[in-house]
Amino acid sequence: MTLRRIAKRLLVNGEEHEVSFLPHRTLLEVLREDMALTGTKHGCELGECGTCTVLLDGEPVLSCLVLARECEGREIETVEGLAGASGPHPLQHRFAELNAAQCGYCTPGMLMTAMSVLRKTPAPDRETLRRELAGNLCRCTGYLKIYEAIEMAAEDLQDG
Amino acid sequence: MSDLKLGFPGNEKNENFETPDNVAPPWDATTKFSVMGKPHPRLEAEDKVTGRAKYSYDIRFPDLIYAKMLRSPHASARVKSIDISKAKALPGVLYSEARQGLTVRYAGQGVAGIAAETEEILDDALALIEVEYEVLPCAVTVEDAMAPGAPQVLNGPNVGGRPGRGKERVDAVHKDADIVVEAEYRTQVQTHSCFETHGCVCKFDDDGSLTVWASTQSTFFTKTAIARAARVRPENVTVITEHMGGGFGSKFGADDWDRFCVLAARATKRPCRYLLDRRAEHLIAGNRPDSIQKCRFSANKNGTLMGAWVESWGTAGVGRGAGVQNPTIYRFRAAGSEQKDVRTHAGRGRAFRAPRHPQGVFALEGMIDEVAFALGMDPLALRQKNDAHPVRSAQWPVGQKAIGWRKTPRGNGAVKIGYGCAGSRWGHNARPGDAVRCRIGKDGSVLFANGSQDLGTGTRTLIAILGAEELGVPLSFVDVRLGHTTDPYGHASGGSVTAPSIAPVVKQAAWLAKRELLEHIAKKIGGDPKKMELTDGDVLGGKKKITFKQACALLPVDSIDVTGDSRNVFRVPRFSREVAGVQFARVAVDTETGLVKVQKIVSVQDCGQIVNELTVRSQMLGGVIQGLSYALFENRLLDRNTGDMVNADLLNYKIAGARDMPEIETIPFNVAQGGTTAGVSSLGEPATVPTAGAIANAVSHAIDARVRSLPITPDKVLAALGAL
Repeated sequence: MTLRRIAKRLLVNGEEHEVSFLPHRTLLEVLREDMALTGTKHGCELGECGTCTVLLDGEPVLSCLVLARECEGREIETVEGLAGASGPHPLQHRFAELNAAQCGYCTPGMLMTAMSVLRKTPAPDRETLRRELAGNLCRCTGYLKIYEAIEMAAEDLQDG
Repeated sequence: MSDLKLGFPGNEKNENFETPDNVAPPWDATTKFSVMGKPHPRLEAEDKVTGRAKYSYDIRFPDLIYAKMLRSPHASARVKSIDISKAKALPGVLYSEARQGLTVRYAGQGVAGIAAETEEILDDALALIEVEYEVLPCAVTVEDAMAPGAPQVLNGPNVGGRPGRGKERVDAVHKDADIVVEAEYRTQVQTHSCFETHGCVCKFDDDGSLTVWASTQSTFFTKTAIARAARVRPENVTVITEHMGGGFGSKFGADDWDRFCVLAARATKRPCRYLLDRRAEHLIAGNRPDSIQKCRFSANKNGTLMGAWVESWGTAGVGRGAGVQNPTIYRFRAAGSEQKDVRTHAGRGRAFRAPRHPQGVFALEGMIDEVAFALGMDPLALRQKNDAHPVRSAQWPVGQKAIGWRKTPRGNGAVKIGYGCAGSRWGHNARPGDAVRCRIGKDGSVLFANGSQDLGTGTRTLIAILGAEELGVPLSFVDVRLGHTTDPYGHASGGSVTAPSIAPVVKQAAWLAKRELLEHIAKKIGGDPKKMELTDGDVLGGKKKITFKQACALLPVDSIDVTGDSRNVFRVPRFSREVAGVQFARVAVDTETGLVKVQKIVSVQDCGQIVNELTVRSQMLGGVIQGLSYALFENRLLDRNTGDMVNADLLNYKIAGARDMPEIETIPFNVAQGGTTAGVSSLGEPATVPTAGAIANAVSHAIDARVRSLPITPDKVLAALGAL
């Protein structure tokens, strides 16, 4: 069965891209395979590990469970868009500084979930972090350092 | 003759040691470090947090093709026929392989393979392959494989292993002892569950040379294996591993699927990618063997441990390697074990972070607690009485204080709070054979290069720190290139050999480069190069003081380029033969639901000469997290009838998540170990060894009933309480 590619306008990290892709492709596949944005990682393709988390209209979603064609006209944010002109975002800076990334494979997904938490809750308590990050698994060392990094980034952002 | 001071504050010893002329003087307890031992973020941290870091899975080419294998749903079967014609006829299918006549011995075994233009075509093609199987009886548990008339898994008997020695002596000691305790402990099969699955991307160039981007713990093993499998000369194969998403002992070389990927790339003259899917990762890419451990321990009323005998059974699937490190750690008058290694129709076991140790220590430490209760002794006091190791002896009281050790459990209502502890031992696994290149440029650049890999453990940063320390320059001056087999040889990252083995070689390379630099500079500024030193980026001891960068600019050559190797840097006295560690756990057990919540873990770990405080703590945290996950959650479940894994995903195969994290207090013990000129020790594996044992003991303490089986799930807790 040969399928025809579809062309969609996708708004990724504030830039609009005209992308053509197979109609059944997930957002994860389109980001990684069709747009070469490999910062978003591939973990299980089953919606279980959180590794492929991106933000869709500001909400964390598992990009392996979202069809790319449904994302037209919506705001997609990936790890590649976190850093600004002045360098890494405080979240990224704190993750790096505290060794919250060990092998680093779960890191992009963690960062995106953390970003959505900080936008909703500028000063999240530990219980909020435990709840909000429950969908992002880490196999190395991350969790505690990740909490600390998010808490420190929250302070950085509040201090301006 | 110079003195070498080894050990740690409160327990130091002097050794006579004379440094040979051609060797960097060793570091010891008196060394004042500038860079070493402090917390340093990893060199590649920014790449990892921005998404720039490229893992094997991320390597892309415009003409990339995709490979995948059809996997047997049966654990034991004969392939009667494979009809691959419909798949081959599908437009976009480029390469295929059918393993006619194959005998399948585990679910997930590759039966046929396809390479195609897109992943969609690949999946369609795999679905078009028709395989006729003759399904045969299978045995996927130790019990089934040992039963009379059990199907034979491979040629030869299902049951292998090591015969026990010295049982008569242990039996005699048991007879003389005041008390004898007997119990059976069980542990489950744990899969590595690497987040980046196994596999590679490979590409042939027009000249026939092959580049492989592999997710591997050994670039050089992979290179050799790929060369052999693809019949390419090893010198024409380059393996690259810049970053990799977890290995834990399961990624030591090229696998069946890597071989298929390379053959597809060669046949099609196109770059090819094959990384396993999640299900295959669970089924065929490695696991920690399970165990049944029948233990018989004895002791005297004064708390002297007497005899220990362990008979164990375990399965590494179709492989061998099931066994337990038990008894160990404590002094017994007589101890020994008989370990049976049972083949079953399941994916092959592989080395998993401290093979044999966590399962052995879980049973050993459970037995020590059982002996203590039988004697009416505090279990910690019993351990201290029978543990002669100088480092662990100092660690027990530190952990005791940090956890707030209590002899009696707390809790009035349904939730009971208990305390437990366990110890560990590991080897100082420094191995000769590594080589490291150091290049100092006229422009002041410093590069260290080695062809081995950084699993995420922090090897790249470790090399930079060691190099900067020995050179006497700030860390920011130093670059490291790692993970290209075109650079000098580096060991496989297994057995926690990486840091202790490469550390003295980095030091040696830096020292050689420094000596050469100072000889050039002495001629320019005047002075005796033997009396000159580089410290904190300054050249001292010459006729005038200049900076490192100024010194480099004075070089009469473009660069200094030296290679340090492991000759002579390992002949240094050692403080102790073991890497020692202890962990303490405090848990809350709900006696109505059986749910265990770990509240706090204290990890006190001998870290040798600490290179990077941040990665040392990361290894300790990671060891605890994986140990907790093993203790409470992880369990590969195979259907006994079909042999297939029923939880080959990350939803039903549960690993510890953010909500399961306790407070973890890491207490690194800096011990000037000697053994090499750098004195750096093994850490990655010992850090995970005692966790499950400590948690299990805390659970038993809390509920005053013993759970002798991992993982400690609510049903087991309730059964121990007699509530089921």
